[in-house]
Amino acid sequence: MLTVLLLLWPVAAALLLHFFKGRAARVPALGAALVELALAAYAAFTFNTNNAGQFAYDLNWIPSAGIRFAVGMDGLSLLLVLLTAVLVPIILLSAFRRNFENESVFYALVLFMQTGLIGVFTAQDAFLFYFMWEVALIPIYFLAGVWGGVTRARVTFKFFLYTIIGSLFMLAGFVYLYFQTGPSADGLSAHNSALTSFYNLNLPVDTQLWVFWLIFAAFAVKMPIFPFHTWQPDTYTEAPAPATMLLSGIMLKMGIYGCMRWLIPVVPLGTDYWQNLVLILAIIGIIYGAIIAIRQQDVKRLIAYSSLSHVGLMIAGVFSLTQMGMQGAAIQMLAHGVNVVGMFFIADAIERRTGTRNIADLGGLTRKAPVLTVCFLVLLLGTVALPLTNGFVGEFLLLAGVYQFNAWMGAVAGVTIILGAVYLLRMFQRVMLGPDSSFTESFTDLTGAELALLVPLIVLVFWIGLFPNTFLHLSEGSVLGILNEVVNR
Amino acid sequence: MNSIIVLSVLGLANLFLGFLRSNRLLLPVAMLILLVALGVNYLDWNTGPLSFFSGMLVVDNFSVAFTGIVVVTALLLLPFSQKYVRDGEPNLAEYYSLLLFSLVGAIMLVSYNHLLMLFLGIEILSVAMYVLAGSDKRNLRSNEAALKYFLMGSFFTGVLLFGVALIYGATGTFELSQISAAVQNPAPGFESLTPMLYIGMLIMLVGIGFKVSAAPFHFWTPDVYEGTPTFFAAFMSTVVKTAGFAAFLKLLVQAFPAANAQGVWLPTLTAMCVLTLLIGNVGAVTQTSVKRMLAYSSISHAGYLLIALVAFNGQLYGASANGIMFYSLAYSVATVSAFGVLKLVADARMREDYDGLNGLAKTNPLLAFALTVSMLSLAGIPLTGGFFGKFFIFSAAVENGYIGLVVFAVVMSMVSIYYYLRPIIAMYMRPAEDETTATPVPVGPFQSATLLLLALLTVVLGVLPGLVAGML
Repeated sequence: MLTVLLLLWPVAAALLLHFFKGRAARVPALGAALVELALAAYAAFTFNTNNAGQFAYDLNWIPSAGIRFAVGMDGLSLLLVLLTAVLVPIILLSAFRRNFENESVFYALVLFMQTGLIGVFTAQDAFLFYFMWEVALIPIYFLAGVWGGVTRARVTFKFFLYTIIGSLFMLAGFVYLYFQTGPSADGLSAHNSALTSFYNLNLPVDTQLWVFWLIFAAFAVKMPIFPFHTWQPDTYTEAPAPATMLLSGIMLKMGIYGCMRWLIPVVPLGTDYWQNLVLILAIIGIIYGAIIAIRQQDVKRLIAYSSLSHVGLMIAGVFSLTQMGMQGAAIQMLAHGVNVVGMFFIADAIERRTGTRNIADLGGLTRKAPVLTVCFLVLLLGTVALPLTNGFVGEFLLLAGVYQFNAWMGAVAGVTIILGAVYLLRMFQRVMLGPDSSFTESFTDLTGAELALLVPLIVLVFWIGLFPNTFLHLSEGSVLGILNEVVNR
Repeated sequence: MNSIIVLSVLGLANLFLGFLRSNRLLLPVAMLILLVALGVNYLDWNTGPLSFFSGMLVVDNFSVAFTGIVVVTALLLLPFSQKYVRDGEPNLAEYYSLLLFSLVGAIMLVSYNHLLMLFLGIEILSVAMYVLAGSDKRNLRSNEAALKYFLMGSFFTGVLLFGVALIYGATGTFELSQISAAVQNPAPGFESLTPMLYIGMLIMLVGIGFKVSAAPFHFWTPDVYEGTPTFFAAFMSTVVKTAGFAAFLKLLVQAFPAANAQGVWLPTLTAMCVLTLLIGNVGAVTQTSVKRMLAYSSISHAGYLLIALVAFNGQLYGASANGIMFYSLAYSVATVSAFGVLKLVADARMREDYDGLNGLAKTNPLLAFALTVSMLSLAGIPLTGGFFGKFFIFSAAVENGYIGLVVFAVVMSMVSIYYYLRPIIAMYMRPAEDETTATPVPVGPFQSATLLLLALLTVVLGVLPGLVAGML
């Protein structure tokens, strides 16, 4: 029941927001997101780590087709629900810094998207999962398309088309699997679409080989994995900062989570067959993203490409099919979410003050804004994966997992840390240090509100870095369960 | 049956309101009549098959459900008739009555059991539409549309009648179940006439295919829609199509389910389906006028509905009928809303192209929202009824082994996303160009409420499809 509450509360709040106009919508929007955070925190405290699926709720949704509204959370779901619940209030807060037209609609869309995201992370029925997958897409399309930059119409159109075509392939795969299942429990339908029925299909290998790509298409676009990433840098750059944070902080985790929950255990033999190819693509993405990031002049684009590179490592960890790799991906999803949202916020803060995102135009911010510098540095070092920060735990586990699978791949993937340090420190140097530029003359330090937004993120950077077990403990059971499904076939 | 009586009698009574010169009363009275018809129609639900006129009309759950859809569609459409005709228009009562009469034809189409009734239903429906297509008398385009629709329509009705005659010649009967029996076991002496039967059957496919604008008999659609007053174009693309497909399904399921007949019509229909999907979707991409885009989109939706006919599984109460019913309902609701918004915008801005929608999200958030929901529904995006419509039809087809066809249809619906997003992009992402697009479009409170209701219906169908799916 708690899961249903987590799902329905944001959308209900989004509807209620229409009674507020303009700036008056800020407080209720933030309040709603905080209530959601409280609910998620309550779920986390009452969560029993020894037990798999919890807070389950199951309702007959479309009886004639055997489709159920089945939701529930295990450790992995809970982690991502927590990530969503933590990041959404922060993202809303960051939006308060700007002056939008139709603010209440903007916040309503963010909350609406939260329902979709939480739905994706908790769905236990294939069609419900697909449904929520698209529910999350519609608001972000409008967030990026209506409030975005100059070329937003073209860019968001590409994004929408890419993701929807990818997810139609996934739908086709689900429909195929659906017709392989047995009758629903109540006998009203000849088939059902429950997650567990999909796990128990045991399809022949040659079927799994192509079903794998149908389902993977949606995840590949969403994460994105090289070469399906071409929508990403443009969209990240053109979208308004809060939408970019939603996209990079939470939405791309939908793809990684999807692989872990809806791909690998459903078609284990297909995964086994394509494992090498996916790992190679992921590693190409790591190197490719990093090299392009080095050459970037636009702060936002640089972070976008760095995100591509980091996601590549998470994919590689997941597809190493080792416990370390998957656990690394689980914790790195959190860490990356925290870091990238923080980085995009700082990029946005700089852009709002100076009116430029061009690295060449910036410089010497350290002297004018020491607090901002410290915050930026902490988040940056987290992204670079310095020990004691959140990035270190995740990247270490991920690399160890990939190494376990194949030492060479592990070695190549490890380059990500070096290259990451190169482009991020280079950016830090050009933006924060060096001589002043005409753009940065009247630069002011972070305001109290901005700092209040960054402090929780920085706390999380160290919390995950120093006490990773709090989180690893949560996801361990789920990861072992997923690996069991693979090993047993 | 009761709904037919109600609509005919009260439709006639409605005509007399014209004598009273009380144009203000016409809309409420017409809506009241439709509500009464809806009510008496509901009374027939689950009363079992009832025969009328010696079995020429049969009222069962199938016909009640489809009657419900066409009446509800008309009911939701009527609020947009306001202001359609200029003040002082003398023939307003006639238009409303013709609309009610055409519904009678639609109801006959969904409950016929006899080919004569099929023919009569089509004629009653069409003749009213011919007149209404030309109802904007001072507009050349409207005249052109009416003439085109009338010439082509009467020609194809003739073709349909020719098919009926051939079938009668080959089987000696007009009654669906008797035709079905005769197709399976021809009466002694009739065996050699089977080719004639097949030809008659194919000719009937052509005739009905024209009415539902399936390719290659779709040519009239864009031109007629463009010229016809938007309000009646919406009626054509919803009520006429829904009734036409219900009739189509009845014909195939009740008269020609035999394997030998299926061997003839199934490939034909499959070819029509592929062609319709291709022409509808590719044609819509190239349009510059929103109205013409909607015309092509209505062709493409005929293609999706044809998939349900192809995937037919031999009974009137199965996945196929459910698929067609749900799809028609979701499609009708979305289309009414799209045409409704288009009409309001076109009336105020005097243009029907995409740029005419620029900046609508600023001037009329409600109109923009309603059109967005309907576009997403027509594109089949989840959270809207259109998604489950496609989902049910496609899964019925996959279940019966038409995987290639479904793959093609999915590719085509990917294409459709392109043109359904264009109005959304225009409304939300492009600024108003000039003064006409910067001024708000006047919308009555009743119309606003209807648009909200339509959007709500679309979302309800998209979130709780179980309310309607599986009724049949």
